[in-house]
Amino acid sequence: MTTAVSILPEQQLAALNAAYRQAVSRRRLRLLLGAAIFAAALVLAAIGAEVNLRTLFTYFGNFLSYFDRILTLDSGQRVWTDIGEWFWGWRKWLKMLGETLLISYVGTLIGAALAFCLNFFAAENTSPAPWLRFVVRRLLEFARTVPGIVFALVFVIAFGLGPMAGVLAIAIHSTGALGKLFSEIVENADMKPVEGIRSTGASWLSCMRFAVVPQVTAGYASYALLRFEINVREASVMGFVGAGGIGQELVVAIRKFYYSDVSAILLTIIIAVFIIDIATGWLRGHLFGKEART
Amino acid sequence: MTKPQEVDAAQMRARYPDVFNRPASSRLATPAMIAAAFAILIYGLVDLDFSPSRFFAGLSQLGWITLMMIPPDPGSSLPIYLKALGETLSIALLGTTLAAVFALPVSLLAARNIVPSNILRFPVRRFLDSIRGVDTLIWALVWINVVGLGPFAGVLAIAVSDFGAFGKLFSEAIEGADQKQVEGIRASGGSALHEIRFGLLPQVLPVIAGQVLYFIESNTRSATIIGIVGAGGIGLQLAEQIRVLEWQKVSFLILMILVAVAAIDFISGKLRFAIIGRRAVA
Repeated sequence: MTTAVSILPEQQLAALNAAYRQAVSRRRLRLLLGAAIFAAALVLAAIGAEVNLRTLFTYFGNFLSYFDRILTLDSGQRVWTDIGEWFWGWRKWLKMLGETLLISYVGTLIGAALAFCLNFFAAENTSPAPWLRFVVRRLLEFARTVPGIVFALVFVIAFGLGPMAGVLAIAIHSTGALGKLFSEIVENADMKPVEGIRSTGASWLSCMRFAVVPQVTAGYASYALLRFEINVREASVMGFVGAGGIGQELVVAIRKFYYSDVSAILLTIIIAVFIIDIATGWLRGHLFGKEART
Repeated sequence: MTKPQEVDAAQMRARYPDVFNRPASSRLATPAMIAAAFAILIYGLVDLDFSPSRFFAGLSQLGWITLMMIPPDPGSSLPIYLKALGETLSIALLGTTLAAVFALPVSLLAARNIVPSNILRFPVRRFLDSIRGVDTLIWALVWINVVGLGPFAGVLAIAVSDFGAFGKLFSEAIEGADQKQVEGIRASGGSALHEIRFGLLPQVLPVIAGQVLYFIESNTRSATIIGIVGAGGIGLQLAEQIRVLEWQKVSFLILMILVAVAAIDFISGKLRFAIIGRRAVA
């Protein structure tokens, strides 16, 4: 086969090749340096986290056999041979699951309401005063960065054990997360209606009510639904610190080695999360059309 | 200037009957939904033992706690806390790296353009989904049962729960890759592995690196909380100090976490810009 590629003269070729090699070698050097730094960081981290590969290899069998054990009933049979025995506590668990869903629902709604009240002050284009924007933004940042379960730990002491602490913890954390997302929607809103309303002599409140809110409600609802999905997961572990929900049952089952209960409760949670994911996905698609999903 | 047109209400009504006479179902839909949402909210508040007296009693308690938190003060345990913070960062870094290393081959199996057959892809995807459905804290509890209390359990917990997330994200990145380059490799006689190595990986690696960095960032947050169930790191100290009501230490620890998270955010943001360029991040 004959080639149709024109070959450059030797001299020109050498110069081009040298330039190419130099460019590539610089990139390679940088990549190598990055990889070395990363590897050093990993080794440092491994020492810091007391990683012990021998422990892992000795106990890795335990990890697999743990799943073997949680899938075995007390009678020694596989769990799926006797569904009634496996899910013996389904009434109680469903009730706790219902409580979990309620916690996340109420928490999300309270959080969304608070975020709705605050986000206009945090958005660049609608905030009445720069200092107010700064304060509200730092407040939202704080609520978002402190993990929900830390709030729950503190609230359990302040409000007593029970779902109330979980609801409030989820509400505060959602306020932080949603407040940021909501204010981003407001920043993307069209400002022409606001100018129109302001030119009629309306107050700041009416500007928000009649010019901004109609543009942003769909986005708000979509994000709130997404947050509800996340909060269901979050609420399922609130019980670990005594803040209500199905996590309480799960942590008892894990700590007391009620093996088959662990798998039954885990399965209940996973299925519930799946159903909620699919349902909210469908609802978002249905309510706001395809474009709101992205 | 033209005068505004006279509007004949009756004519408009006749021309656009849909706008003026909406059926009852569409007019009532929004209020009905709001009413239903409120009904569930009220039911939830009652069912979850909300009462104004409890709420305000708790609020005043919370006010006291906040007052006791000022000023933040580590007492004599600052070195311990710094070590715990280092442990937390180590957990996040190691856990995320482990997850990424294991997720990359599995994500190839879950990508439509690599494995066209549904029979193999479907179970892989459901497997990843169910791993993601279980919270990191639950994985931490399970691993504590296996390797004992300590930060190592935390590393494994983060690795497992991120494995699920990475598998999905990586496979989406792979599916979004341009097929032309893969075809080019195939046209020049490359094998299937060559196609992946030279056609696909150069396209997806920057995206994947960006996602891994982002997860290291968000895992710093997760790593702070898995200590609460005993899997090492600063969360362990935090939970202990909350239980013994040492509020000044608690507020100091929370401040430490906030500063560390902000610092990691800043660094990984810079790194991400350097790796994939400003445009791709925004």
